[in-house]
Amino acid sequence: MMRALKSFGAFWYDFVIGDDWQVAVIVVAALAVTALLTHVAGVNAWWLLPLCAFAALAWSLYRATARKD
Amino acid sequence: MTALPLILTVFVACAVEAVEALTIVLAAGLTRQWRSTFQGMAAALVVLAAIVAVLGPTITLLPLTALRLVVGALLAIFGLQWLRKAILRASGYKALHDEASAYLREVAAAKAAPVSARRGVTDWYAFTLSFKGVLLEGLEVVFIVITFGANQHNIGAAVIGAAAAVVVVTVTGIVVRAPLSRVPENALKFAVGIMLTSFGTFWGAEGAGVTWPGNDAALLVLIPAVALVSLGYAALLRRGRSAGQAPGSGGRATATAPASATESEEVTGR
Repeated sequence: MMRALKSFGAFWYDFVIGDDWQVAVIVVAALAVTALLTHVAGVNAWWLLPLCAFAALAWSLYRATARKD
Repeated sequence: MTALPLILTVFVACAVEAVEALTIVLAAGLTRQWRSTFQGMAAALVVLAAIVAVLGPTITLLPLTALRLVVGALLAIFGLQWLRKAILRASGYKALHDEASAYLREVAAAKAAPVSARRGVTDWYAFTLSFKGVLLEGLEVVFIVITFGANQHNIGAAVIGAAAAVVVVTVTGIVVRAPLSRVPENALKFAVGIMLTSFGTFWGAEGAGVTWPGNDAALLVLIPAVALVSLGYAALLRRGRSAGQAPGSGGRATATAPASATESEEVTGR
């Protein structure tokens, strides 16, 4: 039973998060900061998520390729 | 957004997944037994249809803001993972997905497995191989259909795009009776990654409360921007790799090795 649950969880983790969990963390954190800036500070921070997505991709690619050097 | 971009995006994403599922189905059918292969495929399609039937209407009941926040986050994460792999493949840090060699691997495994009948299925191996292949590749199709369809309040259009892709790939597979190795899979996956990331970013930010300059027209800038940045990253990595492999550099990465020993290979087909 536990093994089945573990493989079920591992499948969905791999399906959604994939090979680099830090990308998911950066996206979620960027969305949280965007919401705070918009609702609390009154800043229309439409630019933040695209910038963070580009940064997350660059960081993930750097980590994937640096391991090979 | 009108229905056409939605249908086209879902069509391309689903065509890529359908090509991979076709490779597995052909390997099972041609080397084992078509009857059990079709039974496995049909069982997987029933499960996928049930997931769409249950999740589709349920997810559209969520308030639009919450839906866009959750779906946008998921799509952006999902899309960035597709882009990451496509860029690593385009720059030579990861082996290109090759349907012909994937087919040969599946055929070798299918030939080696013993025949056993179970639960009314005459060849259990062919059934499970086909079932798992169609279900795993199909889950990504379902994810894209539901997220894109729900956000646009047009699950029907998304289903049309997905169904058209499955029909086109299936008919082509029946005609050529071989894996579709000439399909430019990496280029298609690159394009899908760009679309998923762009729409995920757009909807996620909207869900977080922002108003995009120009509203929906912002996508006309966002999609090319994501494409340009991704192509730029691929070019930079290619250049760095060529420089690293120049004579006297000490030799860096090998041509087609995976980016990491722990990299999950093709579990989700990305």
